[in-house]
Amino acid sequence: MNYGIVSQEQLEQIDTILSDKLISLGVDCVIIIDMAGNIITAKDNGESKYDVYSFAALAAGNFATVDAMAKLVGEQEFSLLFHKGQDSNIHFSKIDEELLLISMFGKGISLGFLRLNVVDVIEKIRKVWAKK
Amino acid sequence: MSFINLKEKVVQVKIVYYGPGRCGKTTNLEYINKTYRKQIVSEMVSLKTHGDRTLFFDFLPFDMGKIKGYDIKIQLYTVPGQVKYNATRKLVLRGVDGIVFVADAMEKQREKNIRSLNQLHENLQSYKESIFNIPLVMQYNKVDLKEHGIPILPTEVLQKDLNSRLKVPYFEASAITGYNVAETLKKIISSTVVSIQKKLL
Repeated sequence: MNYGIVSQEQLEQIDTILSDKLISLGVDCVIIIDMAGNIITAKDNGESKYDVYSFAALAAGNFATVDAMAKLVGEQEFSLLFHKGQDSNIHFSKIDEELLLISMFGKGISLGFLRLNVVDVIEKIRKVWAKK
Repeated sequence: MSFINLKEKVVQVKIVYYGPGRCGKTTNLEYINKTYRKQIVSEMVSLKTHGDRTLFFDFLPFDMGKIKGYDIKIQLYTVPGQVKYNATRKLVLRGVDGIVFVADAMEKQREKNIRSLNQLHENLQSYKESIFNIPLVMQYNKVDLKEHGIPILPTEVLQKDLNSRLKVPYFEASAITGYNVAETLKKIISSTVVSIQKKLL
């Protein structure tokens, strides 16, 4: 697989991982994007309707900005970001140099619990992504 | 780099409007947003300062219909034009598939156009892309100002300054009135899609 094209089989595997590990947990919406702002895949719980394309563009910009800030303070990277709101929260986590996992979730889930699951998901996705 | 989803048959293409400050990049997108409302599913996103200058980028997703069964989703971006924002310009260029270079045809902006184009060249190099290989269209904007008695660079001069080595398609345009905005867009979309097809074959 070249980067830029992902096979149907890989996407289905990734979608299954996202559904089993995050959506079933109560996460509203999960998106995987690349650093250019393209959507690789998006899964939601069927209720939330986000404008995922604009979201991806902004998220990629946001992450790139934070990455540049990390370099300014002498860090290699800030590999995760968390935005907390009144009713909903967003968690960003780097999968690899090119991919980003974004989870949007409400008050019902604790951040710690989400993070544990995100770590697990990322490991699984890396394995699927590495199969060339 | 464009992203192709084989499962849902979607191709995402990233096109960036680049150029010096106040040359009309955002105005191009605003005109497209207004004129092709039906093809645009979501709102235009603008990250700007209080003074209405672009701070980070504008973003406009645009559905182009299907080619060979694939849904083509065009993502239009602008960069901030102000000199001090080069770091953010570089970020927006990441993964770019096609570029519209918007030049300001006003006489006094001549040098700024050249400087901005040179910087585009450098910025692309940092992503191991070449300005000579990437799909590129030149737009000489603000030609309408001529009627208001404002000195405008003749197209031949702009061509010599900016396009003598690149030799890419160019348009005289007026983003505020919409003159040649759609033509520029069509040209860059077709060049970009052809270039992606070539890469895939």
